[in-house]
Amino acid sequence: MLEDYFRQYGLIAIFAVVAFAVPTSLLAASWLLSRLKIRPQNPTPVKLEPYECGVQTIGGPWNQFNFRYYLYAILFVIFDVEVVFLYPWATRFISFELFALIEMAVFVGILLIGWAYAWRKRDLEWGN
Amino acid sequence: MSCQLASDSILYANGIYRLVYEIVGVVLPCWVAYAIAGLVFAFILVNAVLLGAAVITWGERRVLGRFQNRVGPNRWGPFGLFQPVADLVKLLTKEDLRPEGSDRVVFSLVPVLMVAPLILMTAVVPFARNTALASLNVGVLFILAVSSITSVAIFMAGWSSNNRYAMFGAARAVAVLISYEIPVVLSLLGVVMVAASMSLGTIVEAQALPFFLVQPLAFLVFMAGMSAELNRSPFDVAEAESEIIAGYHTEYSGVRFALIQAAEFGGVGVVAAIAATLFLGGWSGPWSEYLGWLWFLIKTGIIVFLFIWFRATYPRLRIDQIMAFSWKFLLPLAMVNLVVVTLEVFLLRGDDGVLTHTDLAIMAAINLAVTVIAIAVFGNLIKDRVTFRTRQPQQVVVPGVSTIEVS
Repeated sequence: MLEDYFRQYGLIAIFAVVAFAVPTSLLAASWLLSRLKIRPQNPTPVKLEPYECGVQTIGGPWNQFNFRYYLYAILFVIFDVEVVFLYPWATRFISFELFALIEMAVFVGILLIGWAYAWRKRDLEWGN
Repeated sequence: MSCQLASDSILYANGIYRLVYEIVGVVLPCWVAYAIAGLVFAFILVNAVLLGAAVITWGERRVLGRFQNRVGPNRWGPFGLFQPVADLVKLLTKEDLRPEGSDRVVFSLVPVLMVAPLILMTAVVPFARNTALASLNVGVLFILAVSSITSVAIFMAGWSSNNRYAMFGAARAVAVLISYEIPVVLSLLGVVMVAASMSLGTIVEAQALPFFLVQPLAFLVFMAGMSAELNRSPFDVAEAESEIIAGYHTEYSGVRFALIQAAEFGGVGVVAAIAATLFLGGWSGPWSEYLGWLWFLIKTGIIVFLFIWFRATYPRLRIDQIMAFSWKFLLPLAMVNLVVVTLEVFLLRGDDGVLTHTDLAIMAAINLAVTVIAIAVFGNLIKDRVTFRTRQPQQVVVPGVSTIEVS
């Protein structure tokens, strides 16, 4: 039985190879078409400039971006880790005792307090 | 030499796989039969996803055309059905440029990394009874894990393009993706809890009553969250044409652009299939032994139509509204759903740890009321919060000049 269990993952590995091969083969087909002169491939310096609505590009892509992104990233990590613990618990919850319910209520409750605090401190708002 | 699957094997239940395995196993060694059966199945699934993407590009344009009181593509083939083929041929024969200063390897990897996870997600989706490639016992987790590769690909696209707008689009896309990941993942917890399994096949069998009735709140959160995860209107700030050209795929042309578009539209199909499996009962329906695939297709089609309907109806939200919608509306709703479902499961389950049909019906009734109340309460709570505080026009008094307004 255990061998069958791993065989399923073997099938997924085969499938993954196919899934990566299909888009790669389309890229290869495109390259082949340019070799056969069916598809044009004559880049000029103007064509290769980064696109900027038809005007000359000024400056590089490395701009400052909003500090807000970091706050959302941190909140995301916190909640995602929470979910990692919640999934195995939820799968078997139907046969658990009261203790498991209280345990998880405490765990989720702590995070919810943090989330409410972030809301209260207006960290969930983009504008300020 | 012949290969037989033991009848207690996990793979035995899968009829298509078993057929190929045993036919090939008559002449070839068993491990070759195993690989060939896997490849045949992979071939079916890859074609399903890519053909699905093609049909959805056509269907979306036709349906959107109807919504906007115009015809849509109708020149190529009956009802314009060959339009996707024409699009592909056109894009294959277009020049494929890579802008100067872009990161060659990362730039070229992006289209592959966007299409591949999408195809991989279908590995655990049963499209009729016992027809998943691998009915993993961690199916939901597999889908969530594989689907998040897409956000990495999107950021790679923005990072490697050497284009300011691509970078902005990527930053926005990742912010939206991670914000909506949380409600989506939390909403699926309720489904997993009631079905007591993460395997999609078991979840379908647990739906004596479809889960969109049992947990309407989870279904709403999932649909809204997935619209955002797929970068679709009304949450498509990442590729807002009026602001940042095309967002992260500004610099992509030719076949790479075709692949990115295929990933976007294929994503709609795959997510619709997953939603149909988790919430609408997948292949279950009358005569599901023979017509399972038909029910599955119809349900998937309904969800795809819902996605197109969203897009046709709602205008694009601003980035601050999108963030507020996720963190202040969908997240609390998902939490309410989680808490309510947990308590219901705890109180309604039998001594042997099963939920009967009656239990599900009771849950459906309670959850419908909870849904209405929760949406009313939290909707009211963020009603004025989602509005962006713009600076009020100030009266500036300049000596000698009449009052002017500065905004």
